[in-house]
Parts: sequence; C-alpha cells; structure tokens
Amino acid sequence: MKRRDSIKTIALASFGASLFLESCYGVSREKITRSLTRYEYGRTPEETLYDDKLFAQKFFTNDELLTLDKLCNLILPPNEFGSIRDAEVVQLIEFMAKDIPTYQDPLRKGLVWINEESQSRFDNLFIDLDETSQNEILDEIAYYDPNDNMNDLPEPIQWFNLVRNLTMTGYFTAEVGVKELGYKGNFPNVWDGVPQDVLDQYGLEYDKEWLDKFVDQSKRNITAEWDDDGNLLT
Amino acid sequence: MQIKNTAKEYDVIIVGSGAGGGMATKVLSEAGLSVAVVEAGPFFDPADPKTMTQLKPAFHSPRRGGSTTRHFGDYDQAYGGWEIEGEPYGQIGDTDFKWFRSRMLGGRTNHWGRISLRFGPNDFKRKSIDGLGENWPISYDDIKPYYDRVDKLIGVFGTKENIYNEPDGFFLPPPKPRLHELFYIKGARKSNVKVIPSRLSVLTKRINNDRGICFYCAGCAKSCNVYGDFSSGSCLIFPAQKSGGQIDLYVNSMVRTVTTNDEGKATGVSFIDKDENKEYKLKGKVVVLAASACSSARILLNSKSKQHPNGLGNSSDLIGKYLHDSTGGDMMAFLPQLIDRKTYNEDGVGGMHVYSPWWLDNKKLDFARGYHIEVWGGMGAPTYGTGFNVNSFNKFFGINKAGGYGDVLRSDMKKYYGSTIGISGRGESVAQKTNYCEIDPNKVDKYGVPVLRFNYQWTDNEIKQAKHMQDTFEEIIHNMGGIPLWGKPGKDANYGLNKPGWIIHEVGTTRMGDDPKKSVTNQFERLHDVSNVYVVDAGPFVSQADKNPTWTILALAMRSSEHIVEEFKKQNF
Repeated sequence: MKRRDSIKTIALASFGASLFLESCYGVSREKITRSLTRYEYGRTPEETLYDDKLFAQKFFTNDELLTLDKLCNLILPPNEFGSIRDAEVVQLIEFMAKDIPTYQDPLRKGLVWINEESQSRFDNLFIDLDETSQNEILDEIAYYDPNDNMNDLPEPIQWFNLVRNLTMTGYFTAEVGVKELGYKGNFPNVWDGVPQDVLDQYGLEYDKEWLDKFVDQSKRNITAEWDDDGNLLT
Repeated sequence: MQIKNTAKEYDVIIVGSGAGGGMATKVLSEAGLSVAVVEAGPFFDPADPKTMTQLKPAFHSPRRGGSTTRHFGDYDQAYGGWEIEGEPYGQIGDTDFKWFRSRMLGGRTNHWGRISLRFGPNDFKRKSIDGLGENWPISYDDIKPYYDRVDKLIGVFGTKENIYNEPDGFFLPPPKPRLHELFYIKGARKSNVKVIPSRLSVLTKRINNDRGICFYCAGCAKSCNVYGDFSSGSCLIFPAQKSGGQIDLYVNSMVRTVTTNDEGKATGVSFIDKDENKEYKLKGKVVVLAASACSSARILLNSKSKQHPNGLGNSSDLIGKYLHDSTGGDMMAFLPQLIDRKTYNEDGVGGMHVYSPWWLDNKKLDFARGYHIEVWGGMGAPTYGTGFNVNSFNKFFGINKAGGYGDVLRSDMKKYYGSTIGISGRGESVAQKTNYCEIDPNKVDKYGVPVLRFNYQWTDNEIKQAKHMQDTFEEIIHNMGGIPLWGKPGKDANYGLNKPGWIIHEVGTTRMGDDPKKSVTNQFERLHDVSNVYVVDAGPFVSQADKNPTWTILALAMRSSEHIVEEFKKQNF
C-alpha cells in the first residue's frame, strides 16, 4: 500500500482516538484528513510502517479520552494564543502511550484513580464534577517539592506530573504554543549576533579584537579566496 | 542463498560511503579509475524532500520529534543507531561498549556535529611525549598539505590563533557567539580556560557554485538541503558523479567478505543485497574499506582463507585491537540571569559558535591526555520533552513548591525557557591492546554473517581526566553565576565518564605503523599483508587526539587515495 493510501485508510477506518475526539470537537472530516497527512516527516519505509501500526491501534477508551481532554484543559486553559485542542494534546498522549508502552499503566491507573476519588467524594465521575470540585481534587495532587525525587512521591502526584508534562510538551511543540513561547527559529535567516539591546541588558559586548574575525554577512555570497598563508582575501 | 557474479572488473571497490569512502570515491574516480561504491544502507540525498527533516517543525512528527525511533530524535539524519534490528553485537565480561552505526549513503557524515579539528604536531607523537601508546608513522608535516586541500575543498570556518597543537587552516569566517556563549567566555576566562571561535565545516561564505550558504537554522544534524554543511554525499560523491566519474553505487548492499585468490591477493568483495536477500560478488583490482573502524575490522576478520587463516591482513593478530573512543563528560546548569529572556531567533549554525581547545600541560597533571570543551544551550526549537517539569527550577529561588496547573504554567514556561547551559568535555583516551572488538564465534546476524563482540575498560588516565572535567566545569559554571542541575558524579560513577562508544569516535582497529608485527596498515593505510587492500576510515588511527576524527579521516583518505592512483600509474595492481 502506498503511503498516501495507507493514511487515507487509517483516516477513514481506524484512526480511533483522533477521529473520536475530532467528532466531539465538531471538526470536519476534511480537517482530520489534513491533520493526518501532515505527518510527512522524512521517514524510512520501516519507520513509516511502525508509525502506521501505532496509528491503527487505539489505546484509550472514549471515556478515558474525554477525561484526558478535561484534565489537559484544566492544566492549560485556552487563552488568546490557543488551546490544547488546537495543539492536539490528547492525540499526542494517545500516540505516546503506544510509542512508549511504559506510559500505559501509569496513565490508565491515574484515570481510574481520579474517577474513584471523584465518586467517593462527590458521587460522580470527574468529568461531570463542577470546576470547584475538580480543582479541589487537583489541588491535592498538583504540587510537589522540587527537591524531592518524583519517584518517591505518592502515585497520584507522579501521575498528574506525567499528564502535566505531556500536556505542556504537547502544547508548546504545537504551532500555537511555539508562537506563544516566542521561539522564532527553524527558519532561514542570517545570524549576525545577539541584538544590541540584549547585549546592553546584560552589560555584555563582543571583544573588539574578535569583531574583525567574524563573518561579514554582506560578503557571504562572495566566493572565498585565500592567500598562501590562509588569510581570507574576499 | 543464491550467489550472483558480475562480469565487470572494477579498478577499485570502495566499501562504505562516509567520510573516508566519499573522499576515496572523489579522488579515485576523478583520476579516471572505474569505481564501485558498496553501501550497506539506502541512497540518501539531503536535498530530497521525501527524506528531508530540515526545517520541519516538531508537530509534523506524531511524537513531536521524540527519540523512540531515532536516538537523537525524529529529525536526526542517521539511519540506524545504537541498536539495529537483526544486527546485534556482544559484550565480553562487564564491558558495555556502545556501537553506533548509520546505514545510508554518506553514513554518519549526515548527522555529525561538523566539528572539524586538525590533529596537531604533538598528536602524532604522543609516545615521545608521555611514553604511552604508540607514535604514528607520519608527522603533522606529512599530512598538513592534505588538511589544507580538505579545508578548501569542503569548507570550514574558524580563526587563525597560532596555537602550536591546534594548527590553523584555510578558514571561512566564524559566526558571532550567542548569548549563553558570551557568558561561557567570561566564565571560562576567569578560570584561565582559553576560548576561541569554533571550527565547523559549515559554509558561512560561498566556496563554489554547487553548494549553498548556511541559513542558520541550527539543523546540521538534519543534513543540509542546500549542501551548506559537509556530508559525504553532497560534498564528495555527488560532485564526483557530476564531473563524469565512472561510479556505480550499490546501495542496500552489505559487504560480507573481501574475496581472495590463491596468491592471497584480493579479487573483490562478496555482499548481500538486502532488498533481494541474495549474495553477489563484485570483482575489483583494489579493495578500499571505509565501512567504519569496527565494521571494516569485522569484514577483514570474517575474510578467512587458506592464505589468511586468521582473517585478511591479520598476521599481526592486531585487527580489532587498540579500539578507542573519545572520553566524554558533561555538566548542565541553570543561569538565573537568563530568566524571562527577550526572545529572538538565536538558532545559529548546528553547533557551538565557540569552544575551548585543550589549554593545560599534562606533565603537571595526574592524567596523560587532554580534552576540549564544547558548549551548548539557549533558546532551542521546542521538541518532545520541552515543558517537562516546567517549574522545578523554582527550587533555585528557595521556593519549595512546583507543579500546579492553569495559567501559572504558561508564565513559568516562558520564565525558564532558554535559561540553561551545557558544557561537555571530549578528550583523548590512551589506546590499549586489551580494548578490542573480535568475531563472536557463536553469533550471526540476520544475514548469517558472524557479528562482533567488544571488550573495553577505561583506565585510570581516562577516569582522572573525567574528574578534571567535572572540577573544571563546576568552576566555570560557578564563575558564570550558574547552578548545576544535578550533583557531581563521584568515584563510584567514574566521575561521569561516558561509556565507551558513546561519543561515536571509535578508532584504531587497523592501526598504521612501519612494523608489520606491531601494526595492520602502513602509512598509506594499505594492509601490510595484502598489497591491494586499503582501509580509509578511522581504523588506521594510532591515537585519536582530543579532536573529532572526521577531518583527519578525510585528509588521510585523500593522501592514501592519491597513493593508490600513483600505484595504478606504476601498474602495481
């Protein structure tokens, strides 16, 4: 099967988690297909097969996906830059659970735990609680002492830390998050040193004796020539 | 397995297409010789949009660039890694040697750090200085003209510094340092550690019309689609094809043995076509191995015959011995002055803009050889892992509370973004006869070819050097006002010394020398035992210096290839 065909099949048949979530969000089929075909990132045939295999599996149940969606929204509520849905954070968590199988048990156990906690305290599933009750539960597992070893802390704290990590990385590696963070690279440009106002802010300057040695960006397109002693002439 | 034979006899068969194989291909084909290049991996051109990863944002990967399938992340251009399915390697005793293989046209030159340092005069004569190891049979003056030509052919930026053991070359101008590098310069100088502009094979200026100029995307590990950095395909093999060389590329073709005749001379190679799972034989007047130090040793050791019962060219019993990798040690720190930074594009080239060459005299120290210092950090491209433990640095401000949820995470993310710096030492180890790779008699790979196993232990010299690295890094970080992110590794952890193989500078398995009893190859990288077999990867290195090996592989391969051309002219093959 050709790569493009296989993507289509997955999109229409078995891209379970994404399809389910997108339908919950009311996103068009066209956007789902587009969001799948963006995964053209220079794979070898073996790597493509591996990705396709993961895409074709579904790990979380629909209820679990909705709970994750709620949790991720509480971790990073939408703002003017974007939301965890724009960043496809839950889809990333679903994919990573298959890509790194050691995530599976902790992630699932935590989802079971938070619903049990919600039931015993408020007689309802986490997703059906009002935000005050949700926050009440989260407040008990969301904070830790950074001097402690995470592996020594109670499991719910470790679990929430994992979900928070995946949410943060999912958001800030997506287009909306990169923009919010202010990362401006991965784009053709001409580096000519630290901006002057930044140098001034830190009281730094380039060595006078070095300045002549650095590349003169106005001459970068002139072919290099040297004398016999290796002095650049152009 | 079906074996096919080709009728054609090549002048030269080159095994492997990395730095050494690429240079041999260029020199030999441009001299008019017919050449077969046999590469174990697929064809690869950094400019091909189908395989290109350069300039792809993280969200084009379903794992956001994570490292599940490629060790250095989805966008790193090395096909293979520490483990390759169906191609295992073993360890002897408690050895834990890491063997990184990249199977693709151009090999590891597609992803390497482009750190292009010449070995200095002392680096060829270490035994004369400290009595350890062995001297090379050549001196810096023998190889200097080749370094000069490599500089001009491929391009390397740097500055003339007139440091005796860090020879200058024909440099392109270097880029200005980034902000964290300016802090490093101040911190290092306070400890009298010299800092100079880096020497990387990245084109900050045009060198010819076939290659583009660096556009500062920090993507050198992704291999440059405008050929703005050095890779063997883009800078050696494709230009050689373009200039009309008689070059046949055999890709997905893994060489099993060098074939020999009754006189014990090489007649060609046998290889496995991985697509068809069939074995083929190629005929050649000369065989040039450039499969990487350990792979070339493996091929030679597997090439047993009546004339060469111990493996081809192994009468000395030294093939595989004296294997050595660079030492490595690292420290990472938080720089409080860099919180809440102004953001701007500081990608720069794909590596550090400044570094510290070895600055001390080992006579006054308790270990034998030196190391250079690399520096990294800054506002890098967000990738899988960015945002993990977002506010754990709170502890550095005495705030014993981290985590949380809601908008505080957004502001903490921005607060700490780009506030870390890393310092790495890459040093010279002393080659040991007892560190080696050999054929495992009981194990074969999925093609039925016997595999390697490793025996490797660091000695006191490397461990003490690693301790010196940690002490130095701690002092420099303190000078910068930085706070190390983790505790200093102690004696029980070899002071943070990386496992052997981890730095991916393995060399020495077919070392060169004048005495056939003490070396495998001569100064032209020709097997002492077999006059028509050469090894032009890092196998012939006698010692590896505290320099990255690539520039020396290239210079030696150029010199040896020109020697082969001369021998052809004398009709010696």
